[in-house]
Amino acid sequence: MKLILKIISLTGLLLTVVPSFLVFYEVIDKQTHFNYMIAGVLLWFATAPFWMRGTSLDDVEEK
Amino acid sequence: MNQVSAASPTLVERLDALYEYDREPVAENKLHGWKTFIAMFAGEHVAGTEFVLGPLMVMHGVSAFDFFVGLLIGNTLAVLSWAFMCAPIAVKTRLTIYWQLRKVCGPYLTVAYSAFYAIILCLLAGAMVSVAVTAISIPLDIPNPDYHAGDLVPTIPWMLLALVVGTVIAALAVLGFEKIAHFSKICAPWMVLVFFAAGLAVLQDLGTSGFGDFWRVANEKIFTGVPVGDNSKYTIWHVIGFAWLCNATQHIGMSDITIFRYAKGWKQGFASAFGMFLGHYMAWIASGILCAAFLAEGFTNPQPGNIAYFGAGIAGLISVVIAGWTTANPTLYRAGLAIQVATPNWKRWKVTFVAGAFMIITACIPAVNTYLDRIIGYYGLFFMPLGAFIFVDIWLFPKLGLEAYYADKKGLLLSWSAMLSWIISFGIILFFYGKDHYPWLSEILGNQPSWLAVIKADLLFMVAPEWVLCVILYIGFSKIQQANQSNNKT
Repeated sequence: MKLILKIISLTGLLLTVVPSFLVFYEVIDKQTHFNYMIAGVLLWFATAPFWMRGTSLDDVEEK
Repeated sequence: MNQVSAASPTLVERLDALYEYDREPVAENKLHGWKTFIAMFAGEHVAGTEFVLGPLMVMHGVSAFDFFVGLLIGNTLAVLSWAFMCAPIAVKTRLTIYWQLRKVCGPYLTVAYSAFYAIILCLLAGAMVSVAVTAISIPLDIPNPDYHAGDLVPTIPWMLLALVVGTVIAALAVLGFEKIAHFSKICAPWMVLVFFAAGLAVLQDLGTSGFGDFWRVANEKIFTGVPVGDNSKYTIWHVIGFAWLCNATQHIGMSDITIFRYAKGWKQGFASAFGMFLGHYMAWIASGILCAAFLAEGFTNPQPGNIAYFGAGIAGLISVVIAGWTTANPTLYRAGLAIQVATPNWKRWKVTFVAGAFMIITACIPAVNTYLDRIIGYYGLFFMPLGAFIFVDIWLFPKLGLEAYYADKKGLLLSWSAMLSWIISFGIILFFYGKDHYPWLSEILGNQPSWLAVIKADLLFMVAPEWVLCVILYIGFSKIQQANQSNNKT
């Protein structure tokens, strides 16, 4: 399950950054790039919070 | 007169009580590895204000070479300051900045530090709220204030929006900031890519035909070397100075010893490179490109929301709101903690809302973001001497035959050597800057003697001179102080 979530998150990041290269090389227009970026936001924030953890200094202080 | 008596002043006791939980050095089993520090720096330094600082450099007419090379040098100096000055002391002592200052300068100066720090934190949180509002205002069709066009205050709807956003941020800060700090870490990888993607996507608008063409466009259309409007001209020295000074309070000012006391080794200070080169290099360059492309399209008023929307659409607006919110929140929380020292009987929520009110007022002053580089400059130079005193106490005093932590050992409420060194060094730096920049001072001085007139010192050039000056003063005054105490004993 976690692997699937990670793959979806990664797809979100790719949708955020790859279209900008396509705009740069005039493959797509800016509006299409904006749409892909919105899809990227949705995919990333819908999945990353479920697998992305990491100890912070705050966690330590709470102990 | 300035010895701790049996009945210590309540202010000092209150302050100690507030920081009691971290009085002891961090235990071995609580130390963290590289990953924690890399995530922390990458998260904290890709913030809403990056959308302000890159465009400021463009507005000040920085050339491409000056910007790229200046940022490289300035950010490297910042990383080295974290790695060779801040982290080694943190690892050696494992104490927070509060307890270090308490031992070096005495409790009164520590109270002063907390009070001033609270004010600047509210100011910075206000700048971040302002950044977030510039994005939320766009879909609501509320115009962002343009300081250069004479908007000294925003419109009433804009201020109401700032009030709503500020109140939400203050309410969340009351609830604590751990969850938001975690959310901020989740945002970090995405945010870095939004900056990059937005900057890259608008390069076409500037006439770039490929990566090989980038440097030409950077010189001719982005970092042209010509200031926009009535902004002053920035050179490579301004860029180096600003990149180094930007977090001076944290590295040479030592406030990040509070963080690095959890590091397994001093080399983890190099983790700061992830914050500097993603946030203060890539993101500043990207936001500078966005600003230039925005202006080239004939728009004016390159506010964070406007340029992010221009380069990344709705996703750009979301990134500006999140970047402003996730950084304003912990900043306000810390400001509340510092203010609580002076308001002992107040509940945390009340203190945070007072700080929040100050933050909202600040957010409604467009001049704050317009002069954010100057404000950050003053802030860095003001707090930096205190870090220098800690450095001197720990590394130089033993070699000079002086006693480290003198104020603590003698039970002094106020170390006059530290106080005078702080005031004099900051005062001298302000004088050399102000003689050409403060009209009232220029008027008092009249015709400056030739030796003084040739010194053209900008605020952003002052990091190294101030550090050297306050170190010399502190060593000199400490020699007198410690010799006097010895003489009094004999």
